[in-house]
Amino acid sequence: MDDRRIEKAISILLRGGVLFSAMVVLCGGILYLAQFGNRVPDNHVFHGEPTELRSVSGTIRAALSGRAGGIIQLGLLLLILTPIIRVVISVVAFAAEHDYMYVTFTLMVLAVLLYSLTGA
Amino acid sequence: MDTTAFTFVVFFGSLVAGFLGALTGLGGGVVIVPLLTLALGVDIRYAVGASLVSVIATSSGAAAAYLREGFSNIRIGMFLELATTLGALLGAHLASHLPTRVIAAIFGIALLFSAYFSAREHPKISSDQTPDPLAQKLKLDGRYPTPEGMQEYHVRGVPLGFSLMFGAGTLSGLLGIGSGAVKVLAMDRAMCIPFKVSTTTSNFMIGVTAAASAGVYLRRGYIDPGLAMPVMLGVLCGSMLGAAALIRLRTHVLRILFSLVIVALAIEMILNAIKGRI
Repeated sequence: MDDRRIEKAISILLRGGVLFSAMVVLCGGILYLAQFGNRVPDNHVFHGEPTELRSVSGTIRAALSGRAGGIIQLGLLLLILTPIIRVVISVVAFAAEHDYMYVTFTLMVLAVLLYSLTGA
Repeated sequence: MDTTAFTFVVFFGSLVAGFLGALTGLGGGVVIVPLLTLALGVDIRYAVGASLVSVIATSSGAAAAYLREGFSNIRIGMFLELATTLGALLGAHLASHLPTRVIAAIFGIALLFSAYFSAREHPKISSDQTPDPLAQKLKLDGRYPTPEGMQEYHVRGVPLGFSLMFGAGTLSGLLGIGSGAVKVLAMDRAMCIPFKVSTTTSNFMIGVTAAASAGVYLRRGYIDPGLAMPVMLGVLCGSMLGAAALIRLRTHVLRILFSLVIVALAIEMILNAIKGRI
């Protein structure tokens, strides 16, 4: 894989990831307004999201059971994953170029991102 | 105001923010947090969480376009992302320990900085620099397309640039903004990277930086789906419209106006922080 092809692949991934996650968020949003549209919003005082919507597995469970908040959160999670997958592609690309210094750098960035998301 | 009305107000506010952010190159994130906290009374932690998500959306969308033009330097981006992601983790941790009024005050100062930065001319960089040994070792030097053909450039000031990037990441994680201004400053001033390469590479990095702090925010319960939904969709639509309009509009006057709006919001944020109303 040469540089231009890698850049093209990353470009498609970024655009596709953003559009796909926006679609998921939109679907969840329509459902959310249909269910809770006439309630009073309660984001003036901070109390944190329910535990379910604070983890990757909890969000997937909530989305699969069709809860609106869970579907939106899944879309947001897909959006957060888009740059992370971009970093994964870069690891493969640098490895294909035998540029092991940059494979190391990229793996370190990936480790930080995964730590952030899963909180080892 | 019920949730439907609130959602539409936030959506249209975010649409305008994303539109102006794309037109002026300042990003929509900088005005989302003041809009939500000052005008709509949302807790700043939810506001920062929602803003961060919108930053990932716009940065990824824009980076996709720039990559194809061949300006971004992937190696510079990846190397400096080491600094920004670690900084972002620190910023996200600080966000849960600092009082909200301190966050609001820092936000105000960051806004003033980005307004000043956008009003200022960017310096011309001479292309006849000698290569820097550390930058060469890290393979950071590159080339980019200009009207006169491919132009090579040499990177320098790596330790300073790396430190500034750590700071940019911390601000991004703490305030939910892309902190593109600090990133560009680190690259074009400290590392002597051509302006066009700096801005596009910065955009390329913003998504990864924001993803690093978004993970922490998600686990802390700062990302509220009901609020993040209209913010993300609004900023995304606005920035797409802005990018399309950019080709046809003269943006100089708009840039000045938007900078003035940012200064006003900054002062309002700082005043509220001092009075303890945020």
